Amino acid sequence: MAVSNQLATLNRCPVHFTQKLAGPVYAAEIEVLQLNVGKRCNLFCRHCHVEAGDKREEVMSSDILDLCLKVIRENSSISVVDITGGAPEMNPGIKKFIEQTAKLGRRLIVRSNLAILAESQYSDFTQIYTQNKVEIVASLPDCDENRADRQRGKGFFRKFIQAAKILNENGYGKAESGLVINLVHNPLGAYLPASQKSLEQNYKQSLKNNYDIDFNTLFCINNMPVGRYLDFLLASGNYDEYMFELLQAFNPEALENVMCRTMVSVAWNGSLFDCDFNQMLNMPISSKYSDHISRFDIKKLCRRPIALHNHCYGCTAGAGSSCQGALE
Amino acid sequence: MASNYYEPEDLADFSNIVEYASDQGNKFFDYYQVSTSAGKLSEREKTLIALTVAMTQNCPYCIDAYTNKCLSLGISEDEMMEAVHVGSSMMAGITLVHSTQMRKIIKKKSM
Repeated sequence: MAVSNQLATLNRCPVHFTQKLAGPVYAAEIEVLQLNVGKRCNLFCRHCHVEAGDKREEVMSSDILDLCLKVIRENSSISVVDITGGAPEMNPGIKKFIEQTAKLGRRLIVRSNLAILAESQYSDFTQIYTQNKVEIVASLPDCDENRADRQRGKGFFRKFIQAAKILNENGYGKAESGLVINLVHNPLGAYLPASQKSLEQNYKQSLKNNYDIDFNTLFCINNMPVGRYLDFLLASGNYDEYMFELLQAFNPEALENVMCRTMVSVAWNGSLFDCDFNQMLNMPISSKYSDHISRFDIKKLCRRPIALHNHCYGCTAGAGSSCQGALE
Repeated sequence: MASNYYEPEDLADFSNIVEYASDQGNKFFDYYQVSTSAGKLSEREKTLIALTVAMTQNCPYCIDAYTNKCLSLGISEDEMMEAVHVGSSMMAGITLVHSTQMRKIIKKKSM
């Protein structure tokens, strides 16, 4: 669906998100630089807000990656570099970027679907991640093969398990190895996830007992009414009910900890956004505060007002939701 | 008055049952919260019990609430349906076991 139609659909909500707030939401200190290194992906997930796939051509160039590296190097308050996509592994410049960024000693996160690591062309990433102590965040909507494949495509689950086993052998998810792999649960339909604590226990038990797989933490993330998930909500007649559910679950306390306040999100072409969802809805940061990585001004960005719309209910529902899971 | 006895949006009115009798209502919610939260039984187990009771009592509000809660907890369709069969077979058994009274009366009264 075109971005303009997505925004028009999001307007169809009984109470606009901004009406729930006492005033604008401002950014605080920038701790996280999140890079969306491209929309190309080996999977075609039914809930993907990026609408990623193997036909997408938007891929971050090495010039933009170099500019990102420069920004990280010059701004010591950026303690976390968070790489997402698409499948980051499909960006030709990403290996070099990971190696260079790792040397800066910042916390380096890659959001991988893991299934790609089971493909021979990309299997060397298990070593690259291990050698550079990359923190891996991997989506697994369910511990049941059929249910996971229903969202992420046939064959996904087996490849995921195959890659997770290799990463475990390398030390990922094992105590005192210093190698962290966190999993992400997002619902398989038009409902919100249960508590992170409850689901994590279930995931740990199921993956250990059935596949002998270990991981560190489970993050629960609400599905955002953006991209393909918005298409699903509309096609299944669940849109109004889902938005009402998000609205009913609005938690003002979650607003204090939303990630956009301490993060800047860089698009494949270097444009700057408050978050990955705002990227996909083409709601950029104003040029007044820096709108491109080549003009990154951390002092201005720290004072910027966050661009808000009704999809923001997704991050403030219940315990809250962010790229790091529930905000409780 | 609503056009139907059961309106889906009335589920959101559940918290308002404290109206007119807040002491009792609030005590009910304390009890409800403690009873349905994880204890010796997990949240998943308790939610499946609640779903089963909702089915046997034919409560549309509870069926809506607990089907959604099961989905949120990652409980599979198969597990939910198995729970429904537990409730269904219990209801059938409860009906059939009461035939004992009927059969005893028949035997006592019949020549």
